[in-house]
Amino acid sequence: MAWKIFMGVLLTLVIVLGIGLPMSPHPQTWYELPVIPGLEEKARIIFFHVPTAWLSTLAFLTSMAYAIQYLRKRDPLDDIKSSAAAGLGFVFCVLATLTGAVWAKFNWGSYWNWDPRETSIFVLLLIYGAYFSLRSAVEQEEKRAALSSVYSIIAAVTAPFFIFIMPRIMTGLHPGAKGDPNGAGPVVEFKMAPPMRVIFFASLIGFTLLFIWMFRLRVRTAQLEQAHHAKG
Amino acid sequence: MTNALTLSGKGLGKSFNGRAVFHDVSFSVEEHQTLLITGHNGSGKSTLMKIICQVLTPSAGHVQVGRADSAGDGGRDLFGFVSPYLQMFEEFSAMENLAVAMGIRGRQWNKREAAALLERVGLDPDRDEPVRTYSSGMKQRVKYAFALLHHPPVLLLDEPAANLDAEGVSAVRSIMAAQRKAGILVVATNDPGDVDTPDVMVDLDARR
Amino acid sequence: MPGDSTRMSSYARSVMSVFLKDWRSELRTRYAMNALLMFVVTTIAIVLFSLGSEGAPSDALSGMLWTVIFFSAMSGLSRTFVMEEERGTTFTLQLLAPPSAVFFGKLLFNLVLVLGLNAVTILLYLALITGFVIQTLSIFLVAVLLGSLGFAAAATVIAAIIARANTRGTLYPVLSFPVLLPLLLTVINATRLASEGAYFQEAYGEFQILISYIVVVVVVSSMLFEYIWKD
Repeated sequence: MAWKIFMGVLLTLVIVLGIGLPMSPHPQTWYELPVIPGLEEKARIIFFHVPTAWLSTLAFLTSMAYAIQYLRKRDPLDDIKSSAAAGLGFVFCVLATLTGAVWAKFNWGSYWNWDPRETSIFVLLLIYGAYFSLRSAVEQEEKRAALSSVYSIIAAVTAPFFIFIMPRIMTGLHPGAKGDPNGAGPVVEFKMAPPMRVIFFASLIGFTLLFIWMFRLRVRTAQLEQAHHAKG
Repeated sequence: MTNALTLSGKGLGKSFNGRAVFHDVSFSVEEHQTLLITGHNGSGKSTLMKIICQVLTPSAGHVQVGRADSAGDGGRDLFGFVSPYLQMFEEFSAMENLAVAMGIRGRQWNKREAAALLERVGLDPDRDEPVRTYSSGMKQRVKYAFALLHHPPVLLLDEPAANLDAEGVSAVRSIMAAQRKAGILVVATNDPGDVDTPDVMVDLDARR
Repeated sequence: MPGDSTRMSSYARSVMSVFLKDWRSELRTRYAMNALLMFVVTTIAIVLFSLGSEGAPSDALSGMLWTVIFFSAMSGLSRTFVMEEERGTTFTLQLLAPPSAVFFGKLLFNLVLVLGLNAVTILLYLALITGFVIQTLSIFLVAVLLGSLGFAAAATVIAAIIARANTRGTLYPVLSFPVLLPLLLTVINATRLASEGAYFQEAYGEFQILISYIVVVVVVSSMLFEYIWKD
């Protein structure tokens, strides 16, 4: 219970401070965020866009971990967890795509540029879409669980190839892409001012807790639904 | 009796969509014995048969088969299976079906033995037409040849008399008698007249 | 050990027999071949119509070649598993062979189909589309061979999945595309390099990606196939 209150306070602070703190070219006090030339107010997207993208990946890995667990133990609960994580991952994936596209319109000039990360999140959306199409196409529960587990594992082992392929095909716009003066690589070392960094990591933690909370809710409702079906 | 073939199931259960078809089914048969599985339509006879030959994984319990001195010998070649829902490769002739089956089993192919077996179940080994053109009774006969060609120690018959005429039924009776001499016979049926003297019986209607 | 070698040869015989069964059945019915061929011809015709008399840059033409191959393959490669399911012979195969032998037999069959499909498509494409020229043949041949193997591997395991689902038609390309995309992007890039006359060494990176993709997909698929195949 306490952690839910903590999460609520944390996310409220992130939203209020992330949007509300003033920006100035030469920050004088702790509560002023520095202006990044070329980004200005648009820099605030990082507090919301990056956590959603991070969660869509985390949810995908969670879903795969429970898929492996299902195939090992054949416990229907693991399938419920796997699909619940995938469902949340899909929602966050859509959010990351939308927040990114709107921001890209104002900063890079168009909603979609096929930059490596945009392509990767597009593929992630396709995988989620395929996963749920497969689930809706199989009626028998045990079969549905087994087939969708296998598919999510196969998708998870082929997706990392994009990390190696993308930089060979195109230069990117995101930080960490080929041509970034701060160095290219899948993990970006952010050069952020201390107050920004605090809000950013608070946001990551807050969103992750939100994911855990929503995940547990979904699992419980799915369990209740199933119990209801088994009775009726 | 130290090297006797045994087939046993312990606490077998299977559920689909969270609903149990049957639960806690146990049995044990030895060489030269017959296991009879009865139950009304939909009681899970075929499901249990598929679990016994290890094509279907049970939701609970386990099946053990083999000789006392070779633990864990649960290979596919231990079983022969005949049932109305077993399908042959219909674009091939009866002889080709047998050749394909032995090949996929990874076994040597002996055409003369296969021809003798086809004659034993009342089919012409030289008939080249694909199985697709056969009557349902003739298809059932092909399945017997398909199940017996690799000399399985355990023969499973699901509704053994389905689609057969009087002559076919008497051929099946002699096959069942021969199997009891050679190994274990498992029969699933609704018609108690199919099996004369079962040694062990499982009534699935009592296991719902 | 002699026991191991007989078991190996018995397993190899299983795999080959699954392949030969499908191959002979295909020669009699020609289901997959006809579907593949018709798709290749119609899609290349569409490309020709849309190009008209104008050419297109080499990277667009490389991309289109593999688009034709992808959609043609999606019309035929699922047959090997869907046929077993429709005719009820899945259970027959389950009685006869270990799951992995079925998988490798089917993989071999699809590999032969993909190689044939690619040969026909590429020859037609080279003959009919004037702007498309391969300058570095070595890159192209290696890319097509590796690409075919990876393509067959991923297409086979996805075919096994969709064959067990209730609705199959549209599901096949939907499930295959995200899994095949890394492979497609890499072979498209290699094809572009080949048509631009790059040195063989310049495509090493592409070959490395293709080889690791093949290893990963074949190993993971053969490990997971049992869960698809057994109820």
